[in-house]
Amino acid sequence: MPGFTAMEKNSMKIAVLSGKGGTGKTLVSVNLASAAEESVYLDCDVEEPNGHLFFKPENLWEEEISVKIPAVHEKQCSGCRVCVDLCKFNALAYIKNRLVVFDEVCHSCGGCILLCPEKAMNEKEKIIGKIQKGVSGQVTVYTGMMNTGEASGVPIIKKLLNDSRKAKGITAFIDCPPGSACTVMESIRDADYCILIAEPTLFGVHNLNMVYELVKLFRKPYGVVLNKCQEGENPAERFCEEKGIRILGRIPFDNELGALNSNAKIAVRESEKYRTVFLSLLETVKKEVRHEAAVNP
Amino acid sequence: MKQLLILSGKGGTGKTTIAAAFIKLSAAKAYADCDVDAPNLHLIMGQNSEPGEIDFYGLPKAEINRELCIKCDRCRQNCRFDAILVNEEYLIDAFACEGCGVCEALCPVGAVALKPAVAGELMLYLDKGRIFSTARLKMGSGASGMLVTEVKKQMRSAAENAELAIIDGSPGIGCPVIASLSGADMVLIVAEPSVSGISDMERIEKTAATFQTKAAVCVNKYDANIANTARIEEYCRTNNLPFVGRIPFDPEAVKAINEGLTVIDIDCPAGNAVREVFNKTTKLLFDTSTI
Amino acid sequence: MKIAIPVDEKNMEANVCISFGRTPYFLIHDTESKECSFLDNSAASSQGGAGIKAAQFLVDNKTDILLTPRCGENAAQVIKAADIKMYKTIPGSARDNINAFAEGKLPVLEEIHAGFHGHGEK
Repeated sequence: MPGFTAMEKNSMKIAVLSGKGGTGKTLVSVNLASAAEESVYLDCDVEEPNGHLFFKPENLWEEEISVKIPAVHEKQCSGCRVCVDLCKFNALAYIKNRLVVFDEVCHSCGGCILLCPEKAMNEKEKIIGKIQKGVSGQVTVYTGMMNTGEASGVPIIKKLLNDSRKAKGITAFIDCPPGSACTVMESIRDADYCILIAEPTLFGVHNLNMVYELVKLFRKPYGVVLNKCQEGENPAERFCEEKGIRILGRIPFDNELGALNSNAKIAVRESEKYRTVFLSLLETVKKEVRHEAAVNP
Repeated sequence: MKQLLILSGKGGTGKTTIAAAFIKLSAAKAYADCDVDAPNLHLIMGQNSEPGEIDFYGLPKAEINRELCIKCDRCRQNCRFDAILVNEEYLIDAFACEGCGVCEALCPVGAVALKPAVAGELMLYLDKGRIFSTARLKMGSGASGMLVTEVKKQMRSAAENAELAIIDGSPGIGCPVIASLSGADMVLIVAEPSVSGISDMERIEKTAATFQTKAAVCVNKYDANIANTARIEEYCRTNNLPFVGRIPFDPEAVKAINEGLTVIDIDCPAGNAVREVFNKTTKLLFDTSTI
Repeated sequence: MKIAIPVDEKNMEANVCISFGRTPYFLIHDTESKECSFLDNSAASSQGGAGIKAAQFLVDNKTDILLTPRCGENAAQVIKAADIKMYKTIPGSARDNINAFAEGKLPVLEEIHAGFHGHGEK
């Protein structure tokens, strides 16, 4: 994968993933971004973006994201139905000499527009969501928000990553959607390093395995942060030991942290104890990224 | 068959833990795990046999025949999904390909064709007269809504005579959730008492409302934040939503899950609270006087 | 006139299929010739937009009346644009419903459900 970004000083893109929601992706990405001197935070979980609830960013600037949907120029349409037969998503119907387009079913592939023999199809924009940009202290916060029921958040994520490229020389933390679907793949496409968050439960190991497979497939360097650690057996830790996966840090299960989190407070900004924890984690991650850049240029 | 769907909006709220307990309590003869991206229910239900597996075909994907390809670049220029890569040879990125067929239609030499692609596996467990339908989606596949529909279809056809089916839904608000909502007689929303949890609960409640599905709410790990729990109860009162209970955070419950048991298999506060939620929920589900 | 009914199997005693878009077959009954034929529904295996495709199929087959238990928003748009009338079926076989329709016993289908907007059905 081409990528020279890690060689630029401090300009790393660090993606934070987990197999399932609720493991602590947002906790870790929000707090790492807050611990850094200057950073960018990208919320790519466009279906359920939560980072902005913690950052409460100011000086908001918004941009609507749209995809292209076909619109027919009725006078030029000859009723040949090439488009209806071609559309793999059944987004077009031809009834009583009129072509009807079904916007929500359309995947914006552009096929009907390209292949209409009469050149009777144009494109119109359909809004599928928006990007919000703001600041919170020393963090530039980018949030992707998808409208309910839309087919894909990928165009929003693409735009998010594109917009943030303008911030050169600053480390970016990418809060990924949970799972291993196409939206996650898009979110980690340009990442220099992936932090996998794991819970110490039976489910946690199973879910960690999913994203572990994904980052290996994409040949991304990775490490694990164990979250909600308690006394006793930690199946996720055992998994990492068995597979030889680097454990970057352990965040204990702690009522204080839980309370801060449930009230949408950023631990690093409220507590010296947690400032230390996340600063230390940040240093470990930076060291790992630099090491990777040196070993695999 | 009455279908009870359990949703949470956000992941990690305890949906699967509660679904498993409900299945045990109701002795339901049919249940399904619709979280096809990351199925977890099988880890605590403890099946005794291997499941029957069927390949699930999602979108057909494009394939380029290298021998015919003349590298004219028309396909790559017109692909809206950045799914055509060039590395000396022209290749399709199967993860990005959406099967739209534009490349196949444009190729002047017929070097591109759409071929059926396995997008996942449907699994059906038959165990002591119980039907458990689940599936696993291959990484990066976009067909989760369709696969969820297949999981439910599989369950319904295998367990026609079951009175009650419990469905562990998918997280989020996208198409797999919409697909799990279809045919559900009632949805139980499991909420987490955090700012993000409340925001997600509201989104999922609005989605269920557009389907006019009977809904109820419960709070899990409520003692993590009593104030937010109260906010959720207030939201339910204001919106005429039945509030069916609160479940405390319970380390005994976590231990039980790690040992592959459900929270009602051991005697613990969380288990007792789940029993109450179950009783209130099923009463609403089988109550024909409410729509 | 031509009447279409979604059916689970290719015979007159088959049950009416609960899904319109993903029914395996359509029974087409011609009221003049009194003949019945069965057509495969290629929309059944669609990724999405099954209702739209099934509706287009009926339009192309010059259907006048559709008897169905339910219909989604997108499919209904196509059906209505084509001036096809929809009636709600009663539980029972295809034959029962053809007879009930002939006797004027089937109500017009009013409730159109929100549909799944390309994301699959029950």
